Amino acid sequence: MTTTSTSTAQRTTIAKALNSGMRAAMERDPKVVLMGEDIGKLGGVFRITEGLQKDFGEDRVIDAPLAEAGILGTAVGMALRGYRPVVEIQFDGFVYPAFDQIVSQVAKMHYRSLGKLKLPMVIRIPYGGGIGAVEHHSESNESYFAHTAGLRVVTVSTTDDAYWMMQQAIASDDPVVLFEPKRRYHERGVLDLGGANPDLADAPHALDEAVVRAEGSDVTVLTYGPMVKVALAAAQAAELEDGPSIEVVDLRSLSPLDAEVIEASVTKTGRCITLSEAQTFTSVHAELAAHVQQHCFYSLEAPVLRVGGYNIPYPPSRHEEVFLPDLDRVLHAVDTVLGY
Amino acid sequence: MKEPALSDEEVARSAAPTATGGSPARGLHEPPERDMTDGGPDMVQFLAADGTRVPLTDVNSPYAAYLDELDEEAMRGMLRDLILVRRVDSEGFALQRQGELGLWPSLLGQEAAQVGPGRAMRPQDYAFPGYREHGVAWCKGVPPENLLGMFRGVNHGGWDSNENNFHLYTIVIGNQMLHAVGYAMGVQRDGDVATGDPERDTAVMAFTGDGGTSQGDYNEALVFAAVANAPVVFYVQNNHWAISEPNDRQFRVPPYRRADGFGFPGVRVDGNDVLASYAVSRAALERARGGEGPTLIEAFTYRMGAHTTSDDPTKYRISAEVDIWKKKDPIDRMRTYLLAEGIVDQAWLDGVEAEADELARRIRQACQTMPNPPHEEMFEHVYADAHPLVAREAAEFAAYQAGFED
Repeated sequence: MTTTSTSTAQRTTIAKALNSGMRAAMERDPKVVLMGEDIGKLGGVFRITEGLQKDFGEDRVIDAPLAEAGILGTAVGMALRGYRPVVEIQFDGFVYPAFDQIVSQVAKMHYRSLGKLKLPMVIRIPYGGGIGAVEHHSESNESYFAHTAGLRVVTVSTTDDAYWMMQQAIASDDPVVLFEPKRRYHERGVLDLGGANPDLADAPHALDEAVVRAEGSDVTVLTYGPMVKVALAAAQAAELEDGPSIEVVDLRSLSPLDAEVIEASVTKTGRCITLSEAQTFTSVHAELAAHVQQHCFYSLEAPVLRVGGYNIPYPPSRHEEVFLPDLDRVLHAVDTVLGY
Repeated sequence: MKEPALSDEEVARSAAPTATGGSPARGLHEPPERDMTDGGPDMVQFLAADGTRVPLTDVNSPYAAYLDELDEEAMRGMLRDLILVRRVDSEGFALQRQGELGLWPSLLGQEAAQVGPGRAMRPQDYAFPGYREHGVAWCKGVPPENLLGMFRGVNHGGWDSNENNFHLYTIVIGNQMLHAVGYAMGVQRDGDVATGDPERDTAVMAFTGDGGTSQGDYNEALVFAAVANAPVVFYVQNNHWAISEPNDRQFRVPPYRRADGFGFPGVRVDGNDVLASYAVSRAALERARGGEGPTLIEAFTYRMGAHTTSDDPTKYRISAEVDIWKKKDPIDRMRTYLLAEGIVDQAWLDGVEAEADELARRIRQACQTMPNPPHEEMFEHVYADAHPLVAREAAEFAAYQAGFED
C-alpha cells in the first residue's frame, strides 16, 4: 500500500497504518532513517517496516547489530548529524540495555546544550501483553519513560492515530517514545488519509491531545493503547444493560498529559478510573490519580481507582488472562466507584 | 570490594603450569604482570623521554611522513599548545581550590596525548570528548571559558558543539563513543567520505580512557563502527587509572590489541610524545576520511594528578610510579627537543609564558564574573517545543518566588 492513493479512506490495520505513516514521513523528508534489529528484509518481527528497505534502500532502513544501547547511541549521533532516526526496539522488555542512552543522553541533550542541539528521534516500542509470549515480551513499561523529563511519550489505539501520530512523532523536534500496542497490531479500522496528498496539517488531532472515544456521564475511564478497546467494550456492555454511563478518554499522550480533556471529563462525571496494563505502583495510573484529586477535588464523588496489572513481575502467560485488566474488572471498578 | 579467599584447591590449581607454557598460571585474583610505565615494543614513539629523536624503526616509520610535513612553525605551535593547555588546566584546578568551581578534572600529564590528535583533526572533523579533553577542546578552537560553566554549576555544558565541531562533554563513561559512530554513519550518508576533496572528507574522533574500554557502549561502538566501516577513530587515553582502579582491573589484553578482534587496526602510541600522537592520529584520520574505516589508537600516558579535585590518589597509588612518569613529561621532552634543534629559544619560551599568564588571567576573570543564572531559566530548553507541564511549573515557580518580594 502507499500513501499516495487517491482514495482518502481505506480499511487497514494498525500495523499497516504505522507502516504507512513511516513511509509518508520518509517520502516527505530524506533525513528520516529507520534503525533496528531485523527491520530490513524481514520487515521487523511484527512486519511494521515491511517493504521499506526495498523501497528506500539499506542506507535509510538500517539493519543494526543486535545491541540496543548501540542502536540508541548511534541514533543519537545520526540525529546530531542532522538525521531523524526512527528506532525500533523489538520488544518492550528489550529496551533496558538502551535505557542509559535514552535517559542520560536522548532526554537531556537539548537541555544540556541550552537548546542548541535537538534530537528529533522516535523510539518505537511494541508493548503490552495478551499474546501468550515468553518473559520480557509483554511488559507495559511506559512509566519509566514518562517519568523522564525531556522525553515525549505517546501511544496509539486506532489506525488513524497509528498513521498520523507516527508522522507527528517523526516531525517533532523532541525525542518521542512511541508505544505500539502489539496485541492490537492486526485490529482493523478505517484510515482517513485526509486527501490524495495528505499533509501533517490534515491530522485530526495534535500529538499531545487526549480524545474522548465514548461520551458518558457517570464515570470517566482514563485509558490508552491496548486498553482503549477494553474500556469501550465496558462502556458498551454497561449501556446495553442500562447500566452506568461510562466516558472513555483515550489519553494518547502520556507525557505530557492533556490536563484539559482529563479535567473536563472528570469534572463532568465526578468519578474516575484509570485503566492500563501497567503495574499500578508509581505509574502513569498513579500520576493520573494524583492529578485528578488535585485538580478535580471538588467534583469527585469517589476516590480514583486504578485498574491495571498487579504489582508483580509480568507473570507466565498462562496467568495473563487474569493479570491483565478485562471487561469484568473494569465493570467491577465502575460498580465500586458508584457505590460511594 | 572484598576479595573472596581462595580454597586450597584453587591455590594449588593456580600454581600449576599452564597448558600453553611452562610458566605458572596466575591466581584467580592475582593481576597479570603489567608494566604501568613501559609501553613495550609495539609503541610508536618519535621523541624519547629525554627529548631526543628516536631512530626510525619498523614500528614508527609508517608514520614518519606526517612529521616531515611539519615545518618549524607547526612544531612551535605544538609546544605552545602544550604549555597553554597545561596552564588552562592548572587554572581550572586553582579555581576549584578557591571555591570558584565545584569540580575540575585535571588533564595534567595528558597534554601531548590530546594536542596530538587535536592538531591532527581538520576543521570539518568532529570530536566527541569525555570530560577531560580540555586539550582537544583547545585545539578545536573552543574557548576555555566555555568549559567552566558545567564545573561551576551554571549550566550542563551549553556551548554550541557545531561551532567548533567539538561535542559537549559527556560524563557518563562511554556514551559518547556510540554518538561518534552514529555521527560518522551520518557522514557516510552525506557522502562526505572518500571524495578526495580534503576540505570535504570528514572523520570523527571519539575519546575515552582506559576505564571506558570496559563499558558496553564502548564495545558496542567498536562493533557498530566495524560493521558500518564508519569514518571514526577511537582514541583511548590509557592514563592507567580509572579513579582508583589500575589497568589490571579493566583488561587483560591492552586496548590497542583488542581492535584486531573487532576487525580494524589498533595502534599504541606514546601519549606523552606529541609528535607520535599527532602522526598516528593523522594516519588514522586520513584512513577514515578515505573510506577505509575505523582505527583504534591507544595513547599510553599517565594521569599525573587526581581523577578530579574530589579524589585523593595517595590512598591507592605509590609515589614511585608517579616519579617515573614525571621523567616522561610531555612538555619537557618537546621543549628540550625544540631547544636542541634551535627551533625555539628562551626568548620564545618567555613569550609563551607571558601568553599563558594572560590566558590564565582571562580564564580567572571569566570564571569569577560568570553570573549565576536566574532560577527561572532552569525551566528552559527541557523540550524544543512547548510542554504544558514544564510551562505550568515554571509559572507556579514564578508566582511562588514573587511571594517573597517586597
